[in-house]
Amino acid sequence: MEKEESFHGPDIEPDVEDSSRRNFLKQSSLLTAVALTPVTALKAAEMRVDDKVASVFEKLPLKMEVNGKQQNLSVEPRSTLLDILREQLDLTGTKKGCDHGQCGACTVHVDGKRINSCLTLGIMMNGKKITTIEGLAKGDQLHPMQEAFIKHDGFQCGYCTPGQIMSAVACIREGHAGSEQEIREYMSGNICRCGAYPNIVNAILEVKDGGQTV
Amino acid sequence: MKQFQYLRPATQQAVLDVINKPGTKIIAGGTNLVDLMKRGVATPDKLVDINHLPLKNITITKTGLHIGALALNSVVSENDLVAKKQPLLAMALKAGASPQLRNMATVGGNMMQRTRCGYFYDTTMPCNKRVPGSGCGAYEGVNRMHAIFGGSEQCIAVHPSDMCVSLAALDAEVIIAGKKGERRLPFTEFHRLPGDHPEMDNQLTAGELIIGVEIPDNNFSKNSYYLKVRDRQSYAFALVSVAAALDIENGIIQHARLAMGGVAHKPWRLFDAERSLIGKPASEDNFKQAAQLAMQGAKGYGYNSFKLKLGPATIAEALKHAAGLV
Ligand SMILES: Cc1cc2nc3c(=O)[nH]c(=O)nc-3n(C[C@H](O)[C@H](O)[C@H](O)COP(=O)(O)OP(=O)(O)OC[C@H]3O[C@@H](n4cnc5c(N)ncnc54)[C@H](O)[C@@H]3O)c2cc1C
Ligand code: FES
Ligand code: FES
Repeated sequence: MEKEESFHGPDIEPDVEDSSRRNFLKQSSLLTAVALTPVTALKAAEMRVDDKVASVFEKLPLKMEVNGKQQNLSVEPRSTLLDILREQLDLTGTKKGCDHGQCGACTVHVDGKRINSCLTLGIMMNGKKITTIEGLAKGDQLHPMQEAFIKHDGFQCGYCTPGQIMSAVACIREGHAGSEQEIREYMSGNICRCGAYPNIVNAILEVKDGGQTV
Repeated sequence: MKQFQYLRPATQQAVLDVINKPGTKIIAGGTNLVDLMKRGVATPDKLVDINHLPLKNITITKTGLHIGALALNSVVSENDLVAKKQPLLAMALKAGASPQLRNMATVGGNMMQRTRCGYFYDTTMPCNKRVPGSGCGAYEGVNRMHAIFGGSEQCIAVHPSDMCVSLAALDAEVIIAGKKGERRLPFTEFHRLPGDHPEMDNQLTAGELIIGVEIPDNNFSKNSYYLKVRDRQSYAFALVSVAAALDIENGIIQHARLAMGGVAHKPWRLFDAERSLIGKPASEDNFKQAAQLAMQGAKGYGYNSFKLKLGPATIAEALKHAAGLV
């Protein structure tokens, strides 16, 4: 990852950091901790969590590019990319289906490759370029895959659709849309409860055969 | 998910310095660990992100093919050297998970992934692997996905990996780094059987890091096949899978390698069946006989007893594909 120098938090020798925090906390009252990190530390204080409070409840800086725009965020290490996109950046096009890697509704591109954002820790995306469904269209002009999904009725309820479209675009870019059979295999990471599969395959075939750059 | 501290060491030495501390876990692709953390099955205090280590190489060595622990499952499965020298590995990888997950999953993480046993995943259920001494829910429970070889009363979970089945068949070696230097283990000895300690999946000790695997050169590339039988055609774990590799000269089998997935706590090598094939013609009858031999000692636990029939049928079928008879 490139922009390492700007990211000091977790890179420093951990024990140094750890023990200084621990000492700090031992010296400070829980009230001080509450003043510093309100809600989470308060909960921790109630639960009598020990001196790890400071180091674990700390938010870390995260820089990533989302749909062409640089974002400087502050995130909990446990926040997934999916939750950060939806809740911190208001990009709710990316859907949470299963939240466990089993459905593909949360599919986004990281540095051009499709991944499941629900199993990705946001903090591990520092310096990366993310594309979500919101980043596919050019202004009012839909992406050819979006057009094709509309034309072929590639959805019913639409819940799986953003993930399907992100996956479909990647499927063509990877060179895995050579035949109906290959498309089915390489789209298997995206489940559709409405069963729009045949129409999704047709949409992908059309975009592939149309030869447009996706 | 429980809170944790996130560390991103820049060097292998820095990783080795921190990972031996209790409560510390390595994270690579995160596809297994994050899932387990969300469910409260894994509760590390510290996560050590190893993605900045230079362990992504796929290179030819004097004796074989080296694959770094951080090489992505998707990258390995599409790599030209792998396709040419070890197509069985590529086939097994492509049969696993989904394109999205393979773009995240690493070789090291795949080896270290934990069982998908429902009792292991459900923190309200007993499971000796998750909480030693709490009992095994699967032994007399819903055990459709479970082991037919090498289980114990403590645990009949299976190792879920496809990649590992092919690496066990191909006589790969695991390269491990620790504070005292590097060591190598045959792939077949890396994962262990549950015995009285099902909480231990493999031989990696606290403080050690997998840095890669090496597959020795062989003559199997023309005649290998990975056959995976599952509840749906794609994006599902194996009920039974078979990695078959043959070295055939003038119709006669010179060498054979066979391993099964979905049947044991580790990738299950079928040494006796392999030996039985040597010097014989590559024929359906011989494959069926080898498959029967392979099933010696297999045991069903009720819901999974169908694997006693599915197992040999899958072995014979995989061998037929490998030999080009299908
Ligand atoms: C819905 C779903 C379906 C799946 N289907 C399949 C399937 O059909 N077949 C299949 O084979 N797999 C399947 N998988 C599992 C997938 O292959 C694994 O989750 C993946 O390979 C784990 O790799 P990772 O890099 O993401 O590991 P992580 O989640 O990052 O880590 C997993 C474990 O490995 C340890 N670890 C990682 N790297 C190292 C290292 N270098 N040295 C020491 N320890 C290390 C971590 O500490 C952790 O305990 C599926 C997963 C999901 C979520
Ligand atoms: S929400 Fe990520 S795969 Fe289902
Ligand atoms: S359109 Fe409803 S889930 Fe796919």
